[in-house]
Amino acid sequence: MLEFLQRVLGKSFSSKKIAKERLRLVLLHDRTCLTPEILDSLKGDLIQVISRYMVIDEKNLDVSLNTEDESVALVANIPILKVKQIS
Amino acid sequence: MGEVIVVTSGKGGVGKTTTVANIGTGLAAEGYKVVLVDTDIGLRNLDVVMGLENRIVYDIVDVVSGNCRLKQALIKDKRFEELYLLPAAQTKDKTAISMEQMKELCANLKNDFDYVIIDCPAGIEMGFKNAIAGAEKAIVVTTPEVSAVRDADRIIGLLEANDLEEPKLIINRIRPDMVKRGDMMDIDDMIEILAIDLLGVVPEDELIVISTNKGEPAVLEKTSKAGQAYKNISLRITGENVPLMHLESHAGIMKKLRKLLGV
Ligand SMILES: Nc1ncnc2c1ncn2[C@@H]1O[C@H](COP(=O)(O)OP(=O)(O)OP(=O)(O)O)[C@@H](O)[C@H]1O
Ligand SMILES: [Mg+2]
Repeated sequence: MLEFLQRVLGKSFSSKKIAKERLRLVLLHDRTCLTPEILDSLKGDLIQVISRYMVIDEKNLDVSLNTEDESVALVANIPILKVKQIS
Repeated sequence: MGEVIVVTSGKGGVGKTTTVANIGTGLAAEGYKVVLVDTDIGLRNLDVVMGLENRIVYDIVDVVSGNCRLKQALIKDKRFEELYLLPAAQTKDKTAISMEQMKELCANLKNDFDYVIIDCPAGIEMGFKNAIAGAEKAIVVTTPEVSAVRDADRIIGLLEANDLEEPKLIINRIRPDMVKRGDMMDIDDMIEILAIDLLGVVPEDELIVISTNKGEPAVLEKTSKAGQAYKNISLRITGENVPLMHLESHAGIMKKLRKLLGV
């Protein structure tokens, strides 16, 4: 992470810039205050909606928050068993 | 009808008590009727910073639990006729007061004073909830450090969730030399990150320690830069439009200089 920052910031490297960048990232995470309960309830809703269109493997379904360098992303991995025929 | 202002921070030791003592004294020096309320129960400090520790008989818990009348617990300042302190209890814990009691207390104080300034304990637990319960406005104090700014952000969120909209920021203990070197976040950095309005910037200043030793707020000290910063903050609270001090706008000056030199 530090190396990455040093690379990005180049020559004008200062501890203030590191502080600011670290703060930006930590606050991004702090501010998306998704509790495990909310995540669970979101998972339930997702299953409901998606099940209208396909049969999914609920046991191996995974919904989580991922922190990339620049942002926080909601990542869902939903194994499909079968697509329903919708007439 | 006065105004109830709570001074908060999240992180401990960033200068809440110093701020309350100085803006309270600053407002009293301008002729306002002011009462300072210490809600840091168990860790009473505002009394010593104000130099009033020897005069305490009753405290805030005595008031809310009916052991004494409000007027009996208010301690008159040494320097200003219309400045009072309601001290925290030292031997009880934070559960000795409820949010309802705080609301009632603030409503009562508001009738008699122009400004009711509340010194909030560190943290986000019961003590914090009590301190903000009766407040109408909030000031968030931070230092230019990652942990303090992070906690300030958390506090801002909690204040807004409790209907204390648009809290104002005081940046304390800034060191212009370090900012210049690029080793301390500057004013613009913190405003950008926290996205709230700035009420003032207080430099790191030895005179704060000296004045705390003596129990005389630095705001009365003309030679103290921090004291002058607190004076300006007091004036801004009354609605006056006071520009940031020279030292406070260091970054701006450097930028102008660079522009002038074309670098
Ligand atoms: N601008 C400043 N320059 C130098 N020292 C300062 C400054 N502001 C505060 N201090 C010192 O920092 C210390 C902590 O300040 P203070 O007690 O006001 O913080 P606090 O936020 O009330 O702490 P707590 O969370 O424990 O209640 C004190 O010793 C005080 O003298
Ligand atoms: Mg304090």
